Amino acid sequence: MMKKVVKNAEEAIQGIERGMTLMLGGFGLCGIPEKCIEALSKKPEITNLTCISNNAGVDDFGLGFLLKNHQIKKMISSYVGENAEFERQMLSGELEVELTPQGTLAEKCRAGGAGIPAFFTPAGYGTEIAEGKETREYNGKMYILEESLVSDYSIVKAWKGDTKGNLVFKATARNFNPAMAMAGTITIAEVERLVEPGELDPNEIHTPGIFVHRIFEGKDYEKRIEQRTIS
Amino acid sequence: MLKKEDIAKRIAEELKDGWYVNLGIGIPTLVANYIPEGIDVTLQSENGLLGMGPFPTEENIDADLINAGKQTITTMPGSVFFDSSDSFAMIRAGKVQLTVLGAMEVDQNGDIANWKIPGKMVKGMGGAMDLVASAENIIVAMMHTNKARESKILKKCSLPLTGVNCVTKVVTNLAVLEVKGGAFHLLERAPGVSVDEIKNATEGELIISGEIPEMKL
Repeated sequence: MMKKVVKNAEEAIQGIERGMTLMLGGFGLCGIPEKCIEALSKKPEITNLTCISNNAGVDDFGLGFLLKNHQIKKMISSYVGENAEFERQMLSGELEVELTPQGTLAEKCRAGGAGIPAFFTPAGYGTEIAEGKETREYNGKMYILEESLVSDYSIVKAWKGDTKGNLVFKATARNFNPAMAMAGTITIAEVERLVEPGELDPNEIHTPGIFVHRIFEGKDYEKRIEQRTIS
Repeated sequence: MLKKEDIAKRIAEELKDGWYVNLGIGIPTLVANYIPEGIDVTLQSENGLLGMGPFPTEENIDADLINAGKQTITTMPGSVFFDSSDSFAMIRAGKVQLTVLGAMEVDQNGDIANWKIPGKMVKGMGGAMDLVASAENIIVAMMHTNKARESKILKKCSLPLTGVNCVTKVVTNLAVLEVKGGAFHLLERAPGVSVDEIKNATEGELIISGEIPEMKL
């Protein structure tokens, strides 16, 4: 059987090239593949990337690293506030941005990963999101046709994983990671703890290893908090 | 005139026992502080949590546990985590009974605009378009007018829309309005606010029938 375990982020991102489409899991900075993003930022020659990610990081963390290096040509996201460099590049036209409703974005990944090329959703009907898209009425309600997404590489972050690529996520760090894992031509998983087959309870695995091609254990996760709020 | 906390308090009166509720960022988040005694609601956070609890103490902070506003939070007994596609499956299929969100403009057809000011602010719609397209009850929490005292309760929204024909109720610093049949119906006045003041602050068609009671808070 092909070995899925790689040494580290540098080895995991081998094969990612200029102009490719990447999916990156995470919501805000929660559950982002911080090790692989850091490794990509150390290869500034990999440019013209299309990045599909719910958010675009902050100025000095997450996808903010790749933005600063001008490695990203296009972002497909639902919410991109809280990032000054992003805003600057978007307004100056350096960066192309396709804003997509969050549920539509999640379903585009899930459906793409499930072999379904398009679907009808009510989100965005009657708004500029629907412009140029086919609309159809079902049971008296209007829907728009949205096309699914797949990636050249999907990069996800899990809490635990085994050497067969099975993944378990923690709390709300799950978010987009499972759907994006499904939609990768090659899916890379970075995990906090890599274990042997049999150590994860099969009843409690969130992402079956069939969707994961490369896996490694990351060291010293920073897990930066965007809005530290206490009671 | 109501303070933000009072708007949240008034909206909390709308909650029904057993409901699943999604609260947006800003005033809507405050609604969680005023859930009436004896009413059991489950808060849905669209980043993947049902059963959102209060903010953590310093010792309990978990970077992996945040709400849709990216704030650190806690869970409640019986909470559940899920991924983003399941989260929006619940929303799209109408399992969440009430959505409360903020707006820059609403109009008499129930259209809402809250995600973009062309040339000025483009942060994105997040989950708002999915929420307003599917929730049965959508209550908007907002100020009745902008800083220049222009009405935000309009005949027709001027900003790019988030959703059409979806808002059911609006609670502002001045009034509670129901959106029905292409008009705003005045249900309640904020304490000390006259019907004329509300009329003057409302650009959209306002239907006033009979005596309009003051809100009870």
